[in-house]
Amino acid sequence: MEQIRKQYKKILSDYIGNQSESDLYIGQNFIKRMIQKNVTPEEVISIHKRALEEIYDDIPESVLHGYDFLIEVMVHFGLKVQEHQALLAKQEELRIEMEIATKIQNLLLENEIPSPSCVDIGMISVPLRKMNGDYVHFMHDDERYLSVAVTDVVGKGVPAALCMSMVKYGLDTLEYANSNPSYVLEVLNRIIEKSIDDSMFVSLCYIRYNLQTNVLTWSSAGHEPSLYYEEKSQSFHDLESKGLLLGILPEAKYTQQDIELNSGDFVIIMTDGVTDFRNREEIDSRQIIKELALANRHLTAQEMCEVIYSELQKLHDFKLEDDFTVVIIKK
Amino acid sequence: MNVNVQFREDGDTLLGYIEGEIDTYTAPILRDELEMIRLSEGLSVELDLSNVNYMDSTGLGVFVAFYKKIVKENASLKLVNLSSRLTRLFEITGLSELMEIGEGGATNARI
Repeated sequence: MEQIRKQYKKILSDYIGNQSESDLYIGQNFIKRMIQKNVTPEEVISIHKRALEEIYDDIPESVLHGYDFLIEVMVHFGLKVQEHQALLAKQEELRIEMEIATKIQNLLLENEIPSPSCVDIGMISVPLRKMNGDYVHFMHDDERYLSVAVTDVVGKGVPAALCMSMVKYGLDTLEYANSNPSYVLEVLNRIIEKSIDDSMFVSLCYIRYNLQTNVLTWSSAGHEPSLYYEEKSQSFHDLESKGLLLGILPEAKYTQQDIELNSGDFVIIMTDGVTDFRNREEIDSRQIIKELALANRHLTAQEMCEVIYSELQKLHDFKLEDDFTVVIIKK
Repeated sequence: MNVNVQFREDGDTLLGYIEGEIDTYTAPILRDELEMIRLSEGLSVELDLSNVNYMDSTGLGVFVAFYKKIVKENASLKLVNLSSRLTRLFEITGLSELMEIGEGGATNARI
């Protein structure tokens, strides 16, 4: 401390002597060193006061009292700064933990988009924050069945991500891609209902595709209705169902329906983050998605997903409000 | 953005009038308000949502949790005067099959 005091006095008297920019610069760098040495703001003022007293012996008492006052006041300022620094350290700790959790989630939920020969599949899933509350699960039995589950857990961030791991393991235990979609939903519903809080739930759309007959069987639990484009009639159909969200009633039953995909047909499965325009009620997002898909249906399923994402992002002024997931199955 | 709830008792019916937007930030406020209701067997709760202009899935969660509590206590719940946007939300999620949703009486005028 004594050394700091001496150095400060030297810099201060140099500055007072010629008031040059370079002395000011030296002073600014010196304060950085003082911060590193944990010198508090009130100590800086105290050092300043003493240095002035040593340089001049005619400083009026009243000015020195003024400094004493400032020193006392700055004690509180210093405490607040310390508190703030402690918070910053805590925040950094949380950020690191969050990063690790995100990595774990990415590993857990990693799932490759299958590429069977007779049908084209595309997917995009973008989390709003670091962790994703949407999840897409694929299963593929060598050229016989392919299944896709698109899920959305209520809420965002960490709570949703934790719940999502459970959904993933539920789906994993079902093992085979040929299970009936309605059965899959009933099993998952029971697992989820047992394990989560009363205000949590999951929406899920489950699709099984028979790669030999091109019959697509779907079932939905409280999920945003998928869009089915039929090339023959050149029209879209909503795949509507009244299936209840998963995790609410243990005995909930689900129905399933079949459609046959012919060349040029496609199905778009999405989460509510895609269709929800909170502050722009006038936007008919489903209509926009239909138009985008129709205009780009010559592209691959993956390219169509990307176009839909980039166009909707523009409509949202690049400020999406929810996790965003689109899956397209195209014949 | 905020949410505000006012209650009024009318015999065996508790009328609640909810106003505002229900999202991740305001849902806890609504949940606390609903949790304060002393439920008893036979009590019917009618929540008027005519002035709820937005609700996300977190908001739905609050109603689901409240509905479960109502069922446990043998009370009943009715949601009334939903906008078309909200009605659609309850339909897509299958909740309209579970909960009673309908037109309310002239409840708002009396609160």
